[in-house]
Amino acid sequence: MKFGIVVFPGSNCDEDALHAASDVFGQDADYLWHKDADLKGADVVILPGGFAHGDYLRTGAMARFSPIMPAVRAFADRGGPVLGICNGFQILLEAGLLPGAMLRNRGLKYRCEHVHLRVEQTDTPFTHAARAGQVLRIPIGHGEGNYFAPPDTLQAIEANRQVILRYTDPEGNVDEAWNPNGSVNAIAGLCNDARNVVGMMPHPERACEALLGGVDGRAIFESIVGAFRSASLALQPTVGAAAAGSRSGSLSGERR
Amino acid sequence: MVVGEDYRMRARVFVTLKPSVFDPQGKTIADALHSLGYRNVEDVRQGKYFELDLATTEAAQARVLAAEVADKLLANPVIESYRVEVD
Repeated sequence: MKFGIVVFPGSNCDEDALHAASDVFGQDADYLWHKDADLKGADVVILPGGFAHGDYLRTGAMARFSPIMPAVRAFADRGGPVLGICNGFQILLEAGLLPGAMLRNRGLKYRCEHVHLRVEQTDTPFTHAARAGQVLRIPIGHGEGNYFAPPDTLQAIEANRQVILRYTDPEGNVDEAWNPNGSVNAIAGLCNDARNVVGMMPHPERACEALLGGVDGRAIFESIVGAFRSASLALQPTVGAAAAGSRSGSLSGERR
Repeated sequence: MVVGEDYRMRARVFVTLKPSVFDPQGKTIADALHSLGYRNVEDVRQGKYFELDLATTEAAQARVLAAEVADKLLANPVIESYRVEVD
């Protein structure tokens, strides 16, 4: 499968995302410049972390209007899997592809640390390889991750099971002392109504190798790679034999 | 149409968090003022202020334009509201 990783001016986790997709998971992956108008045949789109347009005005406020965003929106509308990580999540919120908005962290500090997340829902392309209730330890790094939604919206997303990750203590209990930013209902990750668009503040791409302090982020990548593999096998039983990648020449194809 | 400098309209857009939205920065400023002895400052809400120089001489047109850009970019309607002044 091919990952398309959108690069905005100010993105800084694009290389980490490409590294995870290609070097750790052996998938095709390519950058998509924010001024591109198409997704170069990507099967999954990642909006990576960083500070698109310097976070000026509001996080994600200007990235929302980048030329690539209509293509991302059309892809999402067709059911294509889209993952927004950190700043990418903020962009999805500003673009209205996910409900709600981000506020400054409750304590006003930029928080850079590992957090514990409880997997709430597994019927999304980015969480289905995890177990419901599983606790993942994944790092965050943000100043504006205080998720907010008006009461009626909040009620709707909870009723629709759109909250897929919550900040918890190490045992998986929601506890305000373990909520790093003040997010309402301890929301760390969210999906849209159709469940194919996911946003999360923690950085799974930074937690795919033991050398980097943890591998719990692999569950997110394993989910999407697995989802695509099952879909491909269902459509075309011989796809495995023909799966030859072409990620910029170097690393391609299945390595695991 | 070329509009002379002297006749341009200026719009001022004030963007504020909706009353129901917690403002951690405003709270911190209020706390700082309290610690400075300003106990009569009961609450602080921080917002954003924009000055737009517009190539129009029509106040009504300026107001419509300012509201349009506020809706589209300057304010996020999920958490913020805005007020426009034109002169």
